[in-house]
Amino acid sequence: MTTPRSSTSNRNSPRRRQYRPRPGLVLDVDRSTPPVLLHHGEQFRLEKLPPDRSRIIYPPEPLEPIEDPDGAIRDALDSPIDSAPLRELLHADMKLTIAFDDISLPLPPMRRPDIRQRVIEAVLDLAAEVGVDDVHIIAALALHRRMNESELRHAVGDRVYDAFAPRGQLYNHDAEDPDGLVVLGETRHGEEVQISRRAAESDLVVYVNINLVAMDGGWKSTATGLSGYQALRHHHNPATMTASRSFMDRHSSELHRSNWRQGEVLRNSGVKVFQIETTVNNDLYGDGPLEVLAKREWEWNLADRATFAATRAGLDRMSAGARRKVMHGWRAPYGLTSVQAGEVEAVHEVTTENVYAQQRVEVEGQTDVLLFGLPYISPYNVDSIMNPILVHCLGLGYFFNMYRGKPLVREGGVLIMSHPTTPEFNPVHHPSYIDFYEEVLAETTDPVEMQDRFEHRYANDEWYRHLYRTGNAYHGVHPFYMWYWGAHALEHLGGVIIVGGNPAATRRLGYRPASTLADALEMASDVVGARPSITYFKNPPIMMADVT
Amino acid sequence: MSREEALVYEDDPARFAAAFAASSLRRGAGGSVGPLRRRQSWEPPELPGADWVTITPLLSGICGSDLAAVEGRSSRWFEPIVSLPFVPGHEVVADHDGRRVVLEPVLGCATRGISPPCDPCGRGDLGNCERLAHGCLEPGLQTGFCESTGGGWSTSMAAHPSQLHEVPDELDDRDAVMVEPTACALHGALSAGVSPGETAAVIGAGTMGLAAVAALARWSPPASLLVGAKHSHQRDLAKDLAGVVPTTTAEPTELVRAARRLTGSMLVGSGSTQRVAGGVDVTIDCVGSAESLRTAVAITRPRGRVVVVGMPGVTTLDLTPMWQREIELRGAYTYGIEVIAGERIRTFDLAMELVAAASLGRLVSATYPLARATDAIAHAADAGRRGATKIAFDMTARTKTSRTPQ
Repeated sequence: MTTPRSSTSNRNSPRRRQYRPRPGLVLDVDRSTPPVLLHHGEQFRLEKLPPDRSRIIYPPEPLEPIEDPDGAIRDALDSPIDSAPLRELLHADMKLTIAFDDISLPLPPMRRPDIRQRVIEAVLDLAAEVGVDDVHIIAALALHRRMNESELRHAVGDRVYDAFAPRGQLYNHDAEDPDGLVVLGETRHGEEVQISRRAAESDLVVYVNINLVAMDGGWKSTATGLSGYQALRHHHNPATMTASRSFMDRHSSELHRSNWRQGEVLRNSGVKVFQIETTVNNDLYGDGPLEVLAKREWEWNLADRATFAATRAGLDRMSAGARRKVMHGWRAPYGLTSVQAGEVEAVHEVTTENVYAQQRVEVEGQTDVLLFGLPYISPYNVDSIMNPILVHCLGLGYFFNMYRGKPLVREGGVLIMSHPTTPEFNPVHHPSYIDFYEEVLAETTDPVEMQDRFEHRYANDEWYRHLYRTGNAYHGVHPFYMWYWGAHALEHLGGVIIVGGNPAATRRLGYRPASTLADALEMASDVVGARPSITYFKNPPIMMADVT
Repeated sequence: MSREEALVYEDDPARFAAAFAASSLRRGAGGSVGPLRRRQSWEPPELPGADWVTITPLLSGICGSDLAAVEGRSSRWFEPIVSLPFVPGHEVVADHDGRRVVLEPVLGCATRGISPPCDPCGRGDLGNCERLAHGCLEPGLQTGFCESTGGGWSTSMAAHPSQLHEVPDELDDRDAVMVEPTACALHGALSAGVSPGETAAVIGAGTMGLAAVAALARWSPPASLLVGAKHSHQRDLAKDLAGVVPTTTAEPTELVRAARRLTGSMLVGSGSTQRVAGGVDVTIDCVGSAESLRTAVAITRPRGRVVVVGMPGVTTLDLTPMWQREIELRGAYTYGIEVIAGERIRTFDLAMELVAAASLGRLVSATYPLARATDAIAHAADAGRRGATKIAFDMTARTKTSRTPQ
């Protein structure tokens, strides 16, 4: 396993004292293996896997966090990678823009203070020291929904919010503002490069990342986060997504190659970016009531079993709305494991290694049947509803792509996911998703066909544009991107089965519903034959498989 | 007088109430407990006039208005213009002296021996006859609701020659039994006055909705068409019948959003007040329920038109939108004369043409003998969910049920 690296002093290095986190584990299931926990939306299932042909991949335990995050941040700003220190890049009469990752990161949201707040406060302290007045702070949300006040306060802290928001200097990026975007040119592949006018006209853009997974950060931060449909369509499309093997391996990801090309244009156009990237450990539950969810089942003690049974029973008895409120109210106690700053690409290389240090698990060989337990949250339903399209995106887009080398499941294999997949939508956040579900998926589940027939209309629909700009709606084209996100998996897999999924919604997605895991395995045998090998990828906490 | 078989709708308030109660619990249940009784030794009524003839029904469809009567759900509006007991069945293909004929069931002035005819009958608009309770017949708006004539759900009935249309050889019996409902739908579709370039919506894709779609496509094609259909086979049929007209289908609960997408408009309100800010130019409601009417108003643009083809019965509708959006709401009942490119043509003649051109006989999903009336009624009441469209009685079959794959 790679040791985390950072740009600065040993303050940045994860500490190893008494606590020695165990690496990830691949467990071969035998008759003595206890039932294993599966996330099932806002609920949980315990499932016994067939012995002698099943294996369970467990994530590594959380790396020990940096003890002094603020000190590590200051160190990173003072000793950046391939860049002058930040204070030397600042001057009194400059235009400074600070952009930061939006509500989609991290998952679940972190406890206060959010790492973005710590970093932005440190940057502002330096800016104040040299007398920078013209500062704008932008939530780089691309085509995501606008963050509301409480979400912005959570991300940047009350002090920053109160100082900048009332003066209109802290706001959400608007990818549909005709005056707020500029096109800076095209890449050598003919990809248009579009960015926030404020960012383009700034003397310096400081981008503040939370690199929850290896896909995050790099040029994707600015080239996507501060851009609009005109540029995003060049890589958020079926061809690019299908050619990305995987999103978590930048060097094998066409999505990233396209973003990097756009980044090159940004740089050559004079947009100066000072990149700050942070990594966190996978401590989602801390030592609270949900701690048992991160434990390996055979290590559950009596108290763990009692806690789990009570939690499960309590959730099962709640209404769907109450369950959602409880689960979405959880704030994770992540610990910062690294922070690095400086030149975009150099920073990102270090960051990616630090992400891998926490999440990587070595896995030998592919499987016939891959099993996921999908949780209640994805990047696009924070404080919202995991609608069927997001179930597709989380399963076939995110979880499927948590690999390097080869997919965990062989070509033509079957993916089984556990999730209720109710045809329920948040009309404020996902209005175009409802139409996509009712109109597009009723006609086709083929990413290329839907792109050809429907994408343009949804991307240019005035109603969606209005809701995106003035409400809290995802952009009209966003459900298409969510579907494209799974394009590689759709092409690779021989079938998808959803255990416990609403039958109508599951079929609308083009998948097959099953009542139980046993039924799903029986159905899978139609595709992969009798007695297939089974791999359960027990995520969350987040991990990624290095498949050889 | 020969003894015949018939399903007779009797004057029995207790059974009427029982039908209402039963159908409240389960659609189609009114057929077994309601006022409809099978009479195996039934004496047809005497011919009401010298010029009347006896015809032998071959097939007779089950219509929404028949179901409403059988299930005890008819509006009291009909009380003065029906006469009990009667034999239902107004969608009829019959044998008359060796010739196959389709019945035009409206009982206008000519059938009642009234001369001179009322103004609407004089114009050929039989559906608007003002003398439905007068003349030589007992009250009855149509054959199938009149004591004097009998009806199609029997082995013998009376008909006035003016009601009979000879069936061309190219139409089989299933095609022919579709002529009358097609005429109704066609009349509704044409009365909507859809102009080229307009957007139109059809709510409901049962017999009436599908025939309306076919009629629009043939004589009054909109620039784009939205069809609200609950079931997948209905959506497939609607798209097929629409031909080259760009057509979107949607489930009833999705219609408002689908209309917004179709018209590039915006949504206003939520829940029961949600509607399209603009909307389609014209909506043809082939359901006639409170919900379908509410939806029709919600998806129709200001100063647009809503045509009610489906029989509504006693229902509730907030009329505020009619006022605030200046929407025109009009009904469309039966048929008479249509004007196509300036030419006046009987609706029935157009219906014959449309049935043949669109192969509407395929909408007849199953036929039942009179002996299985309860099953037939239950099937018709739940036709959509059971993948069917039109259910009919087959008087040539004594016991067998016949189904057409769709």
